[in-house]
Amino acid sequence: MSSVLKIVLQRLGLGFLTLFAVSIIIAFVVELLPGDITQAILGQSATPETVAAFRKEIGLDRPAHIRYFEWLGGMVQGDLGQSLASKREISEFVGTRLSNTLFLGGLAAAIAVPLALILGLLAALYRNSIYDRIVNLLTLTSISFPEFFVAYILILFLSVKAGFFPGISNVSTDLAFSEQLFRTILPALTLTLVVLAHMLRMTRAAIINLLSSPYIEMASLKGTKPFRIIFHHALPNAWGPIVNVIALNLAYLVVGVVVVEVVFVYPGLGQLLVDSVSKRDLPVVQACSIIFAAVYILLNLFADIVSIISNPRLLHPR
Amino acid sequence: MLKTLWSAPLTAKLGVLVIICYVFVAVLAPVLAPYKETAIVGASYELWSDEYLLGTDNIGRDMLTRLIFGARNTIGIAFATVLLAFIVGGTLGMLAAILGGWYDLVIGRIVDILMAIPSLVFALLLLTVFGTSIPSLVIIIALLDSTRVFRISRSAAMNVVVMEFVEAARLRGEGMAWIIRKELLPNITAPLLAEFGLRFCFVFLFIASLSFLGLGIQPPLADWGSMVRENATLITYNDITPLLPAVAIAGLTVAVNFVVDWMLHLSSGLKKEHQ
Repeated sequence: MSSVLKIVLQRLGLGFLTLFAVSIIIAFVVELLPGDITQAILGQSATPETVAAFRKEIGLDRPAHIRYFEWLGGMVQGDLGQSLASKREISEFVGTRLSNTLFLGGLAAAIAVPLALILGLLAALYRNSIYDRIVNLLTLTSISFPEFFVAYILILFLSVKAGFFPGISNVSTDLAFSEQLFRTILPALTLTLVVLAHMLRMTRAAIINLLSSPYIEMASLKGTKPFRIIFHHALPNAWGPIVNVIALNLAYLVVGVVVVEVVFVYPGLGQLLVDSVSKRDLPVVQACSIIFAAVYILLNLFADIVSIISNPRLLHPR
Repeated sequence: MLKTLWSAPLTAKLGVLVIICYVFVAVLAPVLAPYKETAIVGASYELWSDEYLLGTDNIGRDMLTRLIFGARNTIGIAFATVLLAFIVGGTLGMLAAILGGWYDLVIGRIVDILMAIPSLVFALLLLTVFGTSIPSLVIIIALLDSTRVFRISRSAAMNVVVMEFVEAARLRGEGMAWIIRKELLPNITAPLLAEFGLRFCFVFLFIASLSFLGLGIQPPLADWGSMVRENATLITYNDITPLLPAVAIAGLTVAVNFVVDWMLHLSSGLKKEHQ
């Protein structure tokens, strides 16, 4: 057990280091802004006094590295700074946005993961059958669609034509949970379709890879029943690559959520990011980027750790 | 090569045909389009008629013209971006494989950190800072994508660099440029070509998504992503016109994916096993 703990701690440390480096990059990129941000916000007609006062207010008169450490320190304590556009504390509204996004992502994952595993397993078992070929064609087509295309098709068929679900998902915390669920179904379905194809293909590839190993061949030559071959011999070795695939796709979900949130006007972190980019509200963009990067790094870390734990050779290296 | 094309599965042949059609439309856009790209020719949201084959968009420009010019803009920009990404990432990957040691470690770490930020988020951040002009769009996305190309080209080059003929070339005193040109490149072309197709699809979808979010190719330039966003309200009126640019995007990506799938099959030698 201690070797597992050691590896987890090692990877966690690496993740923190990466997050630290990422924060430096995000802060550094903002420094590269050509011209002054004050000029961009206050406009051409601002007097020098206004510019100087504004600079002092948002702290630009101090050197870059001091500002960076202040920002970092504040972030660790939970103070994410102030939005330039609305003058509110960012940590106020980012919390709800983040939980909304996680709710949407969680819903999509809950639908997509079991479906992808089952369909991928079946496709791998009945390889080269009609079912497999159809699945292959459908997934290849599906991963080629942009997310907003899938979103609008779903809106067209399920919302406008059939009237089942609302086309705009204005979810808020004071709604009942079932109502929240109802409004979130269309965006969750869109995300599911986008991610399902990826996961299905990767699961299928992982299992096919596994089934061609010599020991599986030996088991079937021995006369073992197919059921036992799959569940007793193949599946324990398949968990590693499969969970790896799932974690990587969940990370991809974090990114795909941005476009879907914009289409459905879902009040999540992705929409906040896009809005802030259009308004050039840099503190909010920075805060959102760090949060997204942290979630992404965490999920990749998780995939890493699971693939190490599930492989005894990596767990006890010589 | 014609023989390999002949023996390809139906999906790959269809894919090649579709790609050729798209490139044809993109290159000959000014000749094929009935109106000028940004000319306002009628009222907003006209229905499909003889005068405007696919109706007009939200401010009265002809949809068919915008679709045709959109092909040129979107495909052209995506192609230029992937080319740049391959030049930068491919060269760095090959250099990392040849030089090894310190260079490999440092470049590898930097690439890992850059890849730790999800690409859409990073692109949005950089676009906030540098603005959304076309050169900055191309350079930013090429930079982000060159990290992935770096990984692929480095791993492919690593396999070749350890071979005896490369060692022989080194001992003969050949310079690095010669080794890259004559020994490495011919041997890693196959996986890089397949990756080119995949990267093109990804960048194409990426630019369309960015334009859809309003942060990519700016109006009045015709671009399929922003066309979907501008005409999106038509969906609520049960009109499928705003989906036409999206279908165009999907069509090209599907075709390229089919062709790349076939190419991967060829290069991995699984073809016999699969059929």
